[in-house]
Amino acid sequence: MLIERKWKKWVTFYLPMAVFIVFTLFPFYWMAVTALRPDAELYRTWRQASATPFWTLEPTLEHFKGLLQTTAFPHWLWNTMLIAIVSTVISLICGMFAGYALARLKFRGSEFLGTAIFITYLVPQTLLFIPLADIIRDMHLGNTPWALMLTYPTFLIPFCTWLLMGYFKTIPKELEECARIDGATRFGAMVRIIFPVAVPGILSAGIFAFTLSWNEFIYALIFMSSAELKTVPVGVVSELIRGDIFYWGQLMAGALLGSVPVALVYSFFVEYYVTGLTGSVKG
Amino acid sequence: MANVTIRNLNKNYENGFHAVKDVNLEIRDKEFMVLVGPSGCGKTTTLRMVAGLEEITSGEILIGTQVVNDLPPMDRNIAMVFQNYALYPHKSVYQNMAFGLQMRKYPKDEIQKRVQDTAEILGIESLLERKPRQLSGGQRQRVAVGRAIVRHPQVFLFDEPLSNLDAALRVQMRVELKRLHERLETTAIYVTHDQVEAMTLGDRVVVMKDGWVQQVGEPLELYGRPANRFVAGFIGSPAMNFVDVTISRSSGALWADAEGLRLKVPTELDAGLRGYAGKRVTLGVRPEALHLANGADPAYYCFGSAVDVVEPLGNEILVNFRAGGVPMVARVDPAVRVKAHQSIRLALDPERVHFFDEKSEAAI
Repeated sequence: MLIERKWKKWVTFYLPMAVFIVFTLFPFYWMAVTALRPDAELYRTWRQASATPFWTLEPTLEHFKGLLQTTAFPHWLWNTMLIAIVSTVISLICGMFAGYALARLKFRGSEFLGTAIFITYLVPQTLLFIPLADIIRDMHLGNTPWALMLTYPTFLIPFCTWLLMGYFKTIPKELEECARIDGATRFGAMVRIIFPVAVPGILSAGIFAFTLSWNEFIYALIFMSSAELKTVPVGVVSELIRGDIFYWGQLMAGALLGSVPVALVYSFFVEYYVTGLTGSVKG
Repeated sequence: MANVTIRNLNKNYENGFHAVKDVNLEIRDKEFMVLVGPSGCGKTTTLRMVAGLEEITSGEILIGTQVVNDLPPMDRNIAMVFQNYALYPHKSVYQNMAFGLQMRKYPKDEIQKRVQDTAEILGIESLLERKPRQLSGGQRQRVAVGRAIVRHPQVFLFDEPLSNLDAALRVQMRVELKRLHERLETTAIYVTHDQVEAMTLGDRVVVMKDGWVQQVGEPLELYGRPANRFVAGFIGSPAMNFVDVTISRSSGALWADAEGLRLKVPTELDAGLRGYAGKRVTLGVRPEALHLANGADPAYYCFGSAVDVVEPLGNEILVNFRAGGVPMVARVDPAVRVKAHQSIRLALDPERVHFFDEKSEAAI
């Protein structure tokens, strides 16, 4: 009986889990292997006798060197980081206040407003960039980091607002009522009690917002034209595919270096982030 | 220290629900006033209006001599203990208790001293550095009370503070709260749905139902002279027995008749019931006002029945039976041996019989 159970666990749990893990992680592995492969290995046909498609025998850092020395990659990285941080901070601050208001204040049309904010999040960026481009041009922000710092919040704020509204609703009302009796104003209770209690929710909203702006492509492609000012996702694609030639090694090196900061941010806050999405607060 | 005056207080919610109806109360200085009633009776809403957490639709609330209708909660000099404790989860016990004082800009050493003193009173000195999630239910309750008393407010508000505790702890905390109130001598308003808590804690008790105040009085007054059928049934456990009877006059006395039951109306109640001759009223008698009849009981206060179920509780026995067409309970001496289905004869204590108008349900 016991043995049979063990066997069942292997089939129903470990095996599917292993398949899933391989399926998820393989692209990252492929990215890493490609980045480390010398050009000679990259551009030979896979039918060749000496082909080793899943590993390399002569790992090299030449693509990383090339990427950092011949392209503006360090600039892209810096731009992406700066834009992601600024737009995340703007969106988080707005989202915290808006989320609190929608969760706690009963005012005329609050429900309608909540739904309206959600709907703006559903408007595809591929439509929204057209009017936004017009605005950016009128305000003479094109080809400056501000073009992205100010347009990313258009989709980040609704997202943060909704995530935080949900989180604020799980915090018992009595906490801030008690704070208000204890001598805090409504604003004071929000800042001193509700926000600190909501830290897991705020962090997960922040991480999501950061990742969304880090990976954003369309706005970055439209609003930034000089090579120096591009972000990683746009820069890698536009500068490392010249004509019909794909610089696979450098492309993958760029992708690898570009995903490292996001992975770091995730791993630092993973605990908060999980409770932020699943947990609620107990008084 | 202050008295609290509530005048013609009303609360209408936006959805049209009229939660509190014309409540008038005068809570004296240092008094422990308990609001009790079934859920939805408006007791918590009343308390929240005193706290300033709920807007007042009409009427006035005074703390001391000041009308507080438009004062924010922070300026009312009150403290409140919530049912779910509402401890700030990210702050230690010390910080929880100090928060109110910090908000009021007390000097640091004063805060330190007050928190320390309060913690000693409540026996939580050793917990000051812990976070709320590391505390048991009873400890959290103590911290919540400590957070309230550390500020020396004019009025304490308690919103069902014991209902999240298990039964044994609830009894213990009840006693502690009473002791604490005697020591602190502060006006307190306490909301509960538990009539035992209301009776044991309150200097006076307000019984509410459907937003109306039913009766205000000292616990024994509510018990002994309930103003209406609701109060009579709500206060006391097991609840008062009610039988619908018809009043009739014969041979110079009033009689109360029901199916298989004929009892003489006690002489003291005669005057009030005279006008009800030929009409139906509700007779109420508490389980402890019934006993097994012996030779000394006059026949016109006795009636016969058969035992349905016996509940021996040790210090007393609850005997369930049917009389006048309804199930009734008598609380009898444990020395008495009764068995299910046995025929018994019961007598009622004529001084402890109540009559209620059938329509208005008011006591006669």
